[in-house]
Amino acid sequence: MISRSVQKTFPLFLLPTVAAFCIGFVWPFLHGLFLSFTKFKTTSKWTWVGIENYLKAFADESFRYSFGYTAMYAIVSVVLINVLAFTIAYFLTQKIRGANLFRTVFFMPNLIGGIVLGYIWSMIFDGFLGAYGKSILTDTTWGFWGLVILMCWQQVGYMMIIYIAGLQAVPEDMLEAARIDGATSTQTLFKVTIPNVMPSITICTFLSITNAFKLFDQNLALTGGLPYIINPDGTSVHTTEMLALNIYNTFYGQSSNSRGVAQAKAVLFFILVAALGLMQLKFTRDKEVQQ
Amino acid sequence: MKKLIAMLLALVMVLGLVACGAQDTPATDAPKSDDTTAATNAPKATGKVYWLNFKPESDEALQELAAMYKEETGVEVKVVTAASGTYNETLTAEMDKGANAPTMFVVGNAAAAETWGEYCLDLTGTPIANELNTDAYNLYDEDGKLCSIGYCFECYGIIVNTALLEKAGYARDYITNFATLKEVAEDVHARAAELGFDAFAAADMDASSSWRFTGHMINMEYYYESVDAPEKWEVCPAELTGKYMDNFRNLYDLMINNSLTPAAELANGGHDAQNQFISGKAMFYPQGSWEWGNGLEPGGMKAEDLTMIPYYGGVAGEENTGLNNGTENCWAINSEASEEDQKATMDFMVWLVTNPEASAKAVASFGAMPYKSAVTSTNPFLAISNDYAAAGKANMWWATNYQPNVDAYRAAVVSALNTYNADPTDANWEQVETAFIAGWAVQYQAAKG
Repeated sequence: MISRSVQKTFPLFLLPTVAAFCIGFVWPFLHGLFLSFTKFKTTSKWTWVGIENYLKAFADESFRYSFGYTAMYAIVSVVLINVLAFTIAYFLTQKIRGANLFRTVFFMPNLIGGIVLGYIWSMIFDGFLGAYGKSILTDTTWGFWGLVILMCWQQVGYMMIIYIAGLQAVPEDMLEAARIDGATSTQTLFKVTIPNVMPSITICTFLSITNAFKLFDQNLALTGGLPYIINPDGTSVHTTEMLALNIYNTFYGQSSNSRGVAQAKAVLFFILVAALGLMQLKFTRDKEVQQ
Repeated sequence: MKKLIAMLLALVMVLGLVACGAQDTPATDAPKSDDTTAATNAPKATGKVYWLNFKPESDEALQELAAMYKEETGVEVKVVTAASGTYNETLTAEMDKGANAPTMFVVGNAAAAETWGEYCLDLTGTPIANELNTDAYNLYDEDGKLCSIGYCFECYGIIVNTALLEKAGYARDYITNFATLKEVAEDVHARAAELGFDAFAAADMDASSSWRFTGHMINMEYYYESVDAPEKWEVCPAELTGKYMDNFRNLYDLMINNSLTPAAELANGGHDAQNQFISGKAMFYPQGSWEWGNGLEPGGMKAEDLTMIPYYGGVAGEENTGLNNGTENCWAINSEASEEDQKATMDFMVWLVTNPEASAKAVASFGAMPYKSAVTSTNPFLAISNDYAAAGKANMWWATNYQPNVDAYRAAVVSALNTYNADPTDANWEQVETAFIAGWAVQYQAAKG
C-alpha cells in the first residue's frame, strides 16, 4: 500500500534520475546505433553505408583476437574472484575477532580508480619482474596474469560484501536442522548454505562477467595492449588488448577512417555482453531456492 | 514538522541532481579558463574566436593574451587547452558543437591534415598567410589546399651540457660527427664513477618520453632517405626504403648502452630524464628547444652551459647537417564557422603576430614565430640552430610529420623497441626495422581507406 503523499510526489523523485538516464545513456545509445550504419569523422557529418561496417568488424583479425583474449580473461577472473570472495566471506561470517576490521580492509581496494590502479600495479609488477630481467610490457603471460591479479585484488572486496549479506540471510533453523541431522560442515556448505546463497551468487557472477568484458581503464593503464607481435609484413597483433581497448584504438588510432567500424564493433560488443549477462542470469535464477 | 523536513530534503536532492545533471562538457577545460562563461553568451556582431590550444605549457600566456585582446577590441577570445596527448580526442568532441565549435585549431602533421582537411579554410592569400616570412611550415592537403600555417617553430637534437663536457676534458665544439660522439659517450660512461656524471640521460619508453625516439630520433633516417629521393617526399611516401636504419641503430645503441639507466629498465619509464640532466648527472639529453622554457631555465641551467648537436649516426657527409627545425604547431581556421567568426579569428591571428606586446608574450611562450613583424626569440637553442644555418649546414626538416596513423605506427615501434631494450639481439632489431619500415606501408594503406 503506497501512501498518498508518495503517490503524489513520486514523479518528482524519479524525474532527475530518468532524465539523466535518458540523456546519458538512451540518447547516446540510439545515436551510436544509427552511426554504426554510417561512415563519419565527427558525429554530425555522416554518410550512409549500410552493413559495410559490420562486415569489416567481423573481418577484422584484431577484433576476433581481442574477443578470444577477453573471453579467456573473463573465465579465469570470474571463477577466481567469486571463489576467493565467497571463501573470505564464509570465514568472515564466523565468529572471529576483528571480522569488521577485515571486512573494511578487504573492501578498500575497490575504492581506488581504475587508471591509477593500473599504473601503480604496473610499477609494482615491474619492480618485482625487473629482478628477473622481465617486464610486464614485454611478456604477454605476465600481462595476462598481472591483469587477473590486479582485478582480483580490486573486486574481491566488493563481491565479498555481497556474499556476506547473502550468508547472513541463510535461515538459522535450516542450519540447526542440518547440524542435528549430523551433517559435516562440508555437507552443510554445499547442500544447505550455497543453495540459499544463490541470489547473491547470481548477482556476483553477473557483475563479474560484465565487468570482465567491459574492462578498459585497468587494461589501458597496466599494459595498453603491449607487447605487440610484429608480423613480417608490418601488421601487428596487440597481445594484451581487450575488447573495449580494441574499440577505442579502432576509433582513435586509425586516422578517423574506421570510426564507423568502431561504432559497429561497439554495437556488437553491447549485444554480446547483454546476451551473456541474460543467459547467465537465467541459468543461476533457476537454481535459486525459494524461501 | 517531519513532513516539512522531508519535503526540504527532497527539494535539495532534486536541485543537486539537476544542477550536476545534463551538462555536455566532454572536453577538458583549461584550469584557468576565466573566459569560458563569458564566451558562451550570444556572439556579438563582431564575431567570436575559440582557440583549441595544442600546447599545454602555453595555456597561461594564451589566457593573458585573450584578455589583452578583449580589452583592446572587445572581441571575445576563448582559449581551451587539451590535455597533453589528447588533442585529437578533444578536437573530435569539440567539433561536434556546431556554432560553438573551435574557430581556430591545430592541424600539425599529415595524419591530422587527412582527418581534418575538410574543416580547414584555404589560407592561400589571406591576411595572416601574407604575414609569414617563410613557407617552410605550411601544411597542404593532397589537393594542394593550404590547410594550416605554422605559428611557431622549434628545433630538436641532442642537448649537451658543455660545462660537463669540458670537465670530462673535451672542447666545447669537439663533437662534429658520429665518431667523435661515440668516443666522448663511451669514454664518459666508462669513467662515470670517477667523473660523477654519465653520458646519456635515461631513454624512457613510456608515453611521456617515447616520442623522442619514435618521432624525433627516427627523423634522421627519414631525412637521409628524403635527401636520396626528394621528389618522393613532397607528399607522404607510400613506403620507405629503410636504407639508414643501421645508422639509426648506431645512435640508438650508443644512447641506451652509455646511459645512467640500464636498457632493461626503460620499458615502464619513470626515470625523469629531464631531472637527470638538470641536476648534472647526465651530459646528453635528446630533446627540443621547448625544454629551455619548459624545464632547463626554471631549473637553473645557464644558456652558456648548453648547446645542441645534430643526430649523428655515421652517415657520410653528416658534418654538414644541422639541427631538426620544423613544427607540429600549425593553426587552421574552421571553414564551417560563420564568416564573422572567421574574420574575427583572422584578425586575432594578425594582431597576435604584428602587435609588439602580444608577439613578445607569444614568442616568450612558444619560441620563435615565423612572421615578419614578430619579435625575435631569446631561446638559446634556436640561436644555435641559426648559427648552424648561417654556417651552411643543411636543415633536417621534420619528415616525421608524414608518419601515417601516427599513434598506431608509434605504438608498434614502442613495443618493438621495448623488446629490443630488454634483449638487444639482431633478431629483435629486425622487429624494430619491420615496425618502422613495413609498419609505415601498412599504416599508409590503412589511412587511405
